[in-house]
Amino acid sequence: MSAIVLLILGLGGMAAGYWVYSRFIATKIYRLDPDFKTPAHEYEDGVDFVPTNRFVLWGHHFTSVAGAAPIVGPAIAVIWGWLPAFLWVVLGTVFFAGIHDSGAIWASVRNKAKSVGALTGDVVGGRARSLFMIVIFLVLLMVNAVFAVVIAGLMMNFSSAVVPVWGAILVALIIGQLIYRRVLSLPVVSILGVIALYALIFIGPSVPIQMPAEVGGLSGNAVWILILFAYAAIASMLPVWVLLQPRDYINGLQLFIGLIVLYGAILFLNPTVVAPMINGDLPAGTPSMLPLLFVTIACGAISGFHGLVSSGTTSKQLNREPDARFVGYFGAVGEGMLALAAILAATAGFASFADWQAVYTAFGAGGVNAFVEGGAFMIHNGLGLPEATAATLLTVMAALFAGTTMDTGLRLQRYIFQEWGEIYQQKWMTRNVPATLLAVGSCLLLAFGAGGAGGTGGMIIWPLFGTTNQLLAGLTLLVVTVMLVRLRRPMWYTLAPLCFLLVMTIAALLIQLRTFFNEGNYFLLFLDFVVLIAAILVAMECASALKRSRAEVARQG
Amino acid sequence: MNDDHGEGRDPRLERVRAWLSQARFFAEEIYSARYRGAVARARRDEDDLFMLLVFSDMMGVPNPAAYYTLELQPLLLERFHDWHKRMGMERSPLEHFRCC
Repeated sequence: MSAIVLLILGLGGMAAGYWVYSRFIATKIYRLDPDFKTPAHEYEDGVDFVPTNRFVLWGHHFTSVAGAAPIVGPAIAVIWGWLPAFLWVVLGTVFFAGIHDSGAIWASVRNKAKSVGALTGDVVGGRARSLFMIVIFLVLLMVNAVFAVVIAGLMMNFSSAVVPVWGAILVALIIGQLIYRRVLSLPVVSILGVIALYALIFIGPSVPIQMPAEVGGLSGNAVWILILFAYAAIASMLPVWVLLQPRDYINGLQLFIGLIVLYGAILFLNPTVVAPMINGDLPAGTPSMLPLLFVTIACGAISGFHGLVSSGTTSKQLNREPDARFVGYFGAVGEGMLALAAILAATAGFASFADWQAVYTAFGAGGVNAFVEGGAFMIHNGLGLPEATAATLLTVMAALFAGTTMDTGLRLQRYIFQEWGEIYQQKWMTRNVPATLLAVGSCLLLAFGAGGAGGTGGMIIWPLFGTTNQLLAGLTLLVVTVMLVRLRRPMWYTLAPLCFLLVMTIAALLIQLRTFFNEGNYFLLFLDFVVLIAAILVAMECASALKRSRAEVARQG
Repeated sequence: MNDDHGEGRDPRLERVRAWLSQARFFAEEIYSARYRGAVARARRDEDDLFMLLVFSDMMGVPNPAAYYTLELQPLLLERFHDWHKRMGMERSPLEHFRCC
């Protein structure tokens, strides 16, 4: 199978989804109205509520939702063969993610740009809102732990990336200052920043830094995790303009460059997909594909995290209501494209099937390393870049995404602890440092508690992270569905994905419950149980909210 | 020639300039749009602290720099009402100075 054929099929499917299906949803179901006064206009304050050009808004939305997760998930899931991952990414983007993301924007815009959390309280009920908070907390907890483990693994395996990854932070700090003090104009700073970043990537392979396998009784991996959390704790307490804002900006530029390079390499090289269509020779211990595929690939197919972005910042800046289609749906398509690139790198970036099999030796073994190795192979052979440089480039791309997500994730977790501190009148918890320490502590507990002192817990909890993320998406879809029922519009376009997600999530949780029990991993058993309870509560909440609103509509005649 | 741009200007140069200013607009929007709120709030926090310094003497908090801050008071008066409301005081905290 030629990778170009797969690429065209995938892009064609997503393009058709955008041109046909999203148009249908926007005009017939959400009925986006060009004359509706959006909150950006109604409450315009020049700060939070600012009508924004839709291309700019799309750029923001896309770079906020696209991160390391649409790379890691698909790169793990191709262990079942390329077809299941490919189908789920393409169909998931078209029928799940696109309507979820644009639906979240629509729901929020129609409700004074409130966040999905607040909307859950208003539209569904107070109980659902509390549930929402718990699910968000679990998602953040897992995302931080998982990404610390992902970056630590990258740092151990690709020592050439250590200098550019940490150097990028310095570059971000400098461009942040240059912009803040208005020393140079932004396009000039952007070009300088990109040049500096890529210069670091090019010199990376000549100055590798390898963490020793053991440092003071701790494994190298564990030391990296501790360093990463120390960094994230400090970064999350800095004002956003110092580091997060310039970092996000460089990441956005890098995302576009990375995507162009990857797709260009595929087009020039036309590699053969060496991975099997469906892997009949699964390594021992690989869980069943049927429910697990749908939680292993969350971002890239559908992800609840997008709802937070859609309703948190995007909806406050939407200029015209019909822009929700372009920003939300096309944002999901952008993420689908990243996931597709990850699938192609992890299936076609190897010389032979035996090479591929040597990487995918166990469930979770491929992952982001397979993406980097496969992608580097394609860039090297397609565009002629030295393989070490190509590998460094992709490692930096993945690590920077994951790092920025950790920074944002810890910040959000700190806000939750501070909010709890206020609710339960614990004054110490409302302060920045103790709240950040609590957030970091809980993540460290997960990263180490789940997998022992090696700090490998993150990859074991990857599917669990997927399930929580899907639960969040389920809650957002529930809000949209209830709104549609109240407006007497067809609800199946959002209800069907919602039911599918809930069934797959609960099935995956039950299967994992048994696995953790058999392995004697009681820490994860407990965590799985907590998520399972949340999932069942979400399902019951869905049933009762829909019943209630249908009865309401029937009463009104 | 286009009258708006004056005589003797190269239209190609004008086009490049227009394109550059467009690029600059998009770059600045991309850079700032998402963080506008957070930055504005951080700025307001700093301004609030400054207000406290300037008006501290009037509220009975000794201020060694009162000689200088007194001069600033008329300039900041416009923001005084918003500030005391934001600080959780429904009415002006100053006895001899009422804004609402």
